[in-house]
Formats: sequence, structure tokens, C-alpha cells
Amino acid sequence: MKPSTKFAAGALVIVAAVSLMIYQGIQSTGKYFLTPSQLIAQTEQDPHFYNMGLKVSAKVVKGSIRRDLANHRVDFSISDGVKTFPVIYLGPSSSIPDTFTDANDIDVVVEGKFGRDQTFHATDVIAKCGSRYEPVMKQQSKSA
Amino acid sequence: MTVLGTFALWAALLFGCWTAAIAFFADWRSRPVLAAAVTRGVYATCAALLVATAALWRGIFAHDFNIEYVWAYTSRNLPSYYLVSAFWAGQQGSMLFWAVILSIFAVLAQTLTSARQKHLLPYVAGVTSIVVSFFVSVMLFGHASPFLRMAVTPPDGQGLNPQLQNPGMMMHPPLLYLGYISITIPFAFAIAALMSRSLDTGWIVAMRKWALASWLFLSIGITLGMWWAYVELGWGGVWAWDAVENAPLMAWLTLTAFLHSVMIQEKRGMLKRWNVSLMIGTFLLSIFGTFITRSGVIASVHSFTQSDIGYFFLALLLVAGVLSFTLLYTRWPMLVAEVQLESLLSRESAFLFNNLALVGLAFAVLWGTLFPIISEAVSGTKITVAKPFFDQVNDPLGLFLLLLTGIGPLIAWRKASAANLQRQFIVPTTCGVVTVALLVAFGLRDMYSLVALGLSGFVLGTVAQEFYRGIRARITLHSENFGAAIINLVSRNRRRYGGYIVHVGIVIYFVAFTGLAFQVKKQIELSPGESETIRSPFGHTYQLKQMGVSQYTRLNRHVTAAPLEISRNGVVLGRLTSERRQYLDSFGNKLFETATEVDIRSDLREDLYVVYAGSPDGTERSQFTVMVNPLVSWFWIGCGVLIVGGLITMWPGGPQVRTQRRRAVAQSGYSVPLAGVAE
Repeated sequence: MKPSTKFAAGALVIVAAVSLMIYQGIQSTGKYFLTPSQLIAQTEQDPHFYNMGLKVSAKVVKGSIRRDLANHRVDFSISDGVKTFPVIYLGPSSSIPDTFTDANDIDVVVEGKFGRDQTFHATDVIAKCGSRYEPVMKQQSKSA
Repeated sequence: MTVLGTFALWAALLFGCWTAAIAFFADWRSRPVLAAAVTRGVYATCAALLVATAALWRGIFAHDFNIEYVWAYTSRNLPSYYLVSAFWAGQQGSMLFWAVILSIFAVLAQTLTSARQKHLLPYVAGVTSIVVSFFVSVMLFGHASPFLRMAVTPPDGQGLNPQLQNPGMMMHPPLLYLGYISITIPFAFAIAALMSRSLDTGWIVAMRKWALASWLFLSIGITLGMWWAYVELGWGGVWAWDAVENAPLMAWLTLTAFLHSVMIQEKRGMLKRWNVSLMIGTFLLSIFGTFITRSGVIASVHSFTQSDIGYFFLALLLVAGVLSFTLLYTRWPMLVAEVQLESLLSRESAFLFNNLALVGLAFAVLWGTLFPIISEAVSGTKITVAKPFFDQVNDPLGLFLLLLTGIGPLIAWRKASAANLQRQFIVPTTCGVVTVALLVAFGLRDMYSLVALGLSGFVLGTVAQEFYRGIRARITLHSENFGAAIINLVSRNRRRYGGYIVHVGIVIYFVAFTGLAFQVKKQIELSPGESETIRSPFGHTYQLKQMGVSQYTRLNRHVTAAPLEISRNGVVLGRLTSERRQYLDSFGNKLFETATEVDIRSDLREDLYVVYAGSPDGTERSQFTVMVNPLVSWFWIGCGVLIVGGLITMWPGGPQVRTQRRRAVAQSGYSVPLAGVAE
């Protein structure tokens, strides 16, 4: 066999292995990433979506955050303007980023399970960190 | 200042377009005056952008809050060194930063290139001018100019985001930008070679140091990003596989592949098409990275201002991709390899596998990053992948690369004989096996860690053997002492031994990543005087004693500080004070939400990492997250080693290439036909 053919065979093995690893990786670790409306619609169609590990991207409902430091619990509601549901996060509040506030409609990604109690039980809350912070007074400057 | 700045931007756009037009459409080959005009056009563009830069800094330092950008990213009480970094803290400023740095690089490319490659320069100027003009257009037409004024003048500005008020964050974005931006120069040389049909190794010689410089800037920028995430975000990790982290990593991976495969082209005249494609791919990935971070198409923890300017980048990506690959297609027959692969057991083949693994890694990262978009397009619902996916796919590939890092430098060119393999690999393999045996003896049982550390031992054995042989040869041949031998060895073979030092740096990163997998984390709640313990993976016991909570105002913030007294195995080491900060403007108004400042005690073995999580009910009883992070310091040490190695490979001057080549031939024991023109 020519060396270039041998190399091609080796290359093919690597490409196949990488593809297989990517495929399996997605099968075993991929998570649905939905909006609240999509999540409600999916659970109505297919009850498997209850208690399935997934992520939801939404906005925090203004004024809904209740931090209970003593019991390591944070309650809040998220909404995409159509559907709204409560979220319970159990865990140290230090693992929630500082940017997580309900002051001005911030975007949040919650990871966890949506229960049959129509409440999202979050294991992780990711608020967008503003490495390019959008100023609060933006409206004022737009009028300029 | 804003009038001057805006005028300078328009001037830069005009000069840029003018330069590009002459470079690509005028007959500068037969009329040298036009070629000179192209060079002067590059200088003029740079001058205009420097004026714009001065204008923006003037506005920032004068606290002219009527300028929207100055108002949005600074405040009167912001320390002056952060006023410097406010230049690139926002979208508009970073666009200007990008443009001005690129045009400075373009000037350097015109002036530093040796006379032998002068014929490429007008095309290089053309490509750089197009990219500079693109950035200026984004500012002028994408509502992204830093010189926009507002109808009212607020008394104070919005301040700089607390997470950016960190010395690491002053340096991280500009270095990452320097890496991204400098990729344009080697890309411009690749395009120039294709345009001018001078496809020998000349373009590679002309741009090699640029590619190395980009690589070094990207490496430092990525590492500083890891450092910033570690000290500022309070989660005790360095890498989360976030889209914004993945973007520079992909370009770094393909650039690393390029730096290796280009050696094959220089020595053997192979892989010409592959090298040009890799360079184009790296440039496109750098633009793509900017697109995904600026457009918000992919959910990320970084919310860059979501604006339409992302789509400018998408357009650039498509146009640059189509034009570059079309150009490559038309030159395809001229890029035929001069020799064929002779054996699977050869350095060429090791380098090819290295390239496949690096590009495979880049592809896996790209696929994982884009998967939410791909799955939504295919099935209508978004599916995301996160850290477990990237770990599962990239760890084996990373370990395979580590293995090749050990094999590549030792295996013979063309065809390795059994004798060559035996002579070269006995010592490194022994090093690897001894490492694993020692670790098992010390009680390490984790499979992945054993493989990673064993391979690290193998690679270090490779490098040590190379240095040992080189030094021994100099001592016997030139009767030098040890110190002189090591200095002469490295300075006379800068690329080779600098490269080995870079390999040591990379091994150190692998070791640090392996260590971080053994992180210990604990949530504790303490009243003043109470204490709690945490055990480290190295077997130490840390005791943390709560020393009360204090509140005070400092400079531009209210601080709530919660010191803990730390002792290790009964010996008091000092205090770690983690804080919660409320930033204020000069009138005492609150800016941003409260920010957490962690405190860290590092030594070479492990970091003790303390996060003050707050005090329930406003008492002094407070909550902390405490972590022991093994080997984290080695990330920063590895980066230092990598910088040293990188600088050695790039250091100008050095002895004549000819002697270097003779030595390389003698070392490998084969006569190697060299491709292309004289180096």
C-alpha cells in the first residue's frame, strides 16, 4: 500500500472518530433551549418534557426576585411576554452572578427541570454579564 | 473633538478605499509611482485614524459627557488608568481601536518586509486597506461611531462596569484584539501571493513572524481571559466553553495548525493548498468570532450590545470567504506539491496528523458553538451543548495532540527507521512511564489524569533529550562550558528551541487543567469568631475563621468586606478578605448592581479561593463559598513559558540561515531536498 493511501486511511479514522464523538456528545449532553411559550407548548404536546433537563431563555419579571439567603433559595418569575411561570432556585446565591437583578428586564438563562406543578426548578441561573454594559439611560440618549 | 474625530474617520475611509482601488485595479507593476502611492495611502489612513484616536481619548480625559460614548463608559471618579481602558470598553471605541491597530500593523508590514518580497506589498496594502475601510464603515454607517453627541449634557457618566474595573480586564481585550487584528497581515500576504502568482515559499518567509506574533497575542489574550474569569466571576473556574471563549480558541487552533504545517512546506514543498486554506480559514474564523460575539445570534454570558453591526461582520465573512476561495480555486493548479508522502512513520505524517487533530478540535468547537442555530434550522427547536459536550469530544483529541507534541520533534523526516525510533524514543517513553508509575504509587487513580500526566512526562522527556543532545554536542564540538552551550544552542536555532520551550508551556497548561479537575468546593455560613475547615486534594486542612464584617466607602464604591483568618494545618497564614462592592458616581448615586470581589491565596500547589456571598438579615453572620483549586498558578506560569518561547522564535537577527540548515540536516541524518527559494 502506498504511504499516502495509508495516511488517507489514518485520516479517515480520525475524521470518523471526531464525527462519532461529536454525534454521541450531542446525543448524550445536548439540552433543549426554549422560550417559555415553546416550553409550555412542548409540554402540552408531549408530557416527556416535564422533568426533562433543559434550558429556558427569558426575561426576569420586574420586581419578582425574592432572595432567601438563610435558606439558600431564590424565587423569581420569568416571561417571554406571552407565557410566564415561577422559578425556584435552590443553592448558594453566590453562584448567581451579580448581574442577576429584576431592575430592568434583564435576560436570563435558567437550566433545570420544568415540573408538573408548572414551576421551573432551576439548578443554574445565568444572567448575562455586561462586558458591554447597556446603559440604563439609553432611552434618554436615543432622543438625542 | 467630535467634529475632528468624525472628520478623521471620513478621511480614513477615503484614504483606505483609494489605496485599495489602486492596489487592485491600477497598473502599479509598470508604474512604480503608483506602487509608492499605495504605500503612502497606507500611511495616510493610519495618520487619520491616529487623529481620531487622540480625539476620543481627549474627550474621555476631559470628561465631556455630552459625547454619548464618554457618558456611557466613564464617570468623573473613575481612576485615570481605567479612563485609558475605557477607550475599548464599549462597542464603538473597540471598533476604532481595531481600525487604528490594524492600520498601524499595515504600516509595519509595509516597512518591515524585506526587499525580496517587495512585489507582494501593494496587494498586502490592498487587503489591509479593505479591512480597515470596513471597520471605519461600520462606525460611520452602522451607528457605531464613538463621536456621537447627545442633546443634553449629563452631570456625570454611567461609569465603567465593575467587572471591567480590573487590571486583567485592562489588558485582556486589547491583547485579544491584537491577536485577532494581526491575523489580517498573514492573511493579506497569502492573498498577495495568490494574486501575484508568486507561490513559492517567499510569502511564508515574509509573514511567518506575523503569524507567530498573532499566535502569541491570541495565546496571551486567551490566558488573560481565563485569569479574568477566574478572579472576577467568582465561580472558581477558568474555562466554561462559552461562545465568546470559543471564538478566539477556534482561530488559535487553526493558526497553531498553520504554524506547524508551514514547516512541512518550507522543508518539503508539500501542503501548499492546505496552508493557504488554513490561513484563509483562520482569518474567516477571526471575523466569525467577532460576528458571533457582537450580533448576539448565540446565547452567551457576555451580552455585548446587540446591534446590527453584527451583520456587517456576517457580510464581510461571506464576501471575504467567497472571494478568497474563488481566488484559491483559480490558482489551484499552481499549488501542486513537489513531493509525495514517503512513509506513515515520518515527521511529515506526524505533522499531518497534528493538523488533522487541531482542525478537528476547531471543527468540534465550531459545531458545538453553532449547534443551537443548526438544530433550530433543522428541527425548529434549539438544542444547546455545554461543558460536558466539549469535555467529551475535546479531551481525547487534546490528549492525542499531546502525544504528537512528543512524537513530532523526534521522528525523522521522510521515513523513520527502526533504529531512529529506538534511538529517539527510549528516553521520553521511559519518562512517561515513570511519571505514571510515580503517580499511581502516590495514590492517583483517575484514568484521564494519569494519561494526561503520563503524556506530559513523555513530552517533557522529548524536550529534555533534545536540549541535552544539543548542549552535549556543543560542549564536545566547540569545547564550550554548559552556560555558553545552552545560550549558543538556543540563539543559533531560535525557531527550533523556542518551539520546544513553547511545547513546555503547553504541557504546563495540560497539567494545570488536570489539576483543576480535582477542585474541592464547600458552602459555609459563619458568625464572627466561628470557624470551619476544608480539606485540599493535597491533604492539607485549611481552617477559616470569620473575623466580622466591616463597611466603608472608598474612592468610587461602598464596600462590605468579610475577612476570614486562614490557617493551614494549624499554622496561621493570614487573612482573605472577600468583598461586595456597590459602585457610585461622583454624586453618590448607585451605578450597576453590587459586585462581588473574591480573594485568593495562591501557591504553586493550590489556591484557596473565597467568595463572600452576603449576610442574611443584615447581621454579621455571613455566607461564603470556599474552594481549593489545585495547580491553578501553573496556568499563569505556563503562559509565561509560552511567551518566552514565542519571543525566542521571533527574535530578529541570528546567524546565517545556511549554517542552520546544515545543522538541521546533520541532526536528522538525511539529506533533505529543500523546496522553493533560499530561505
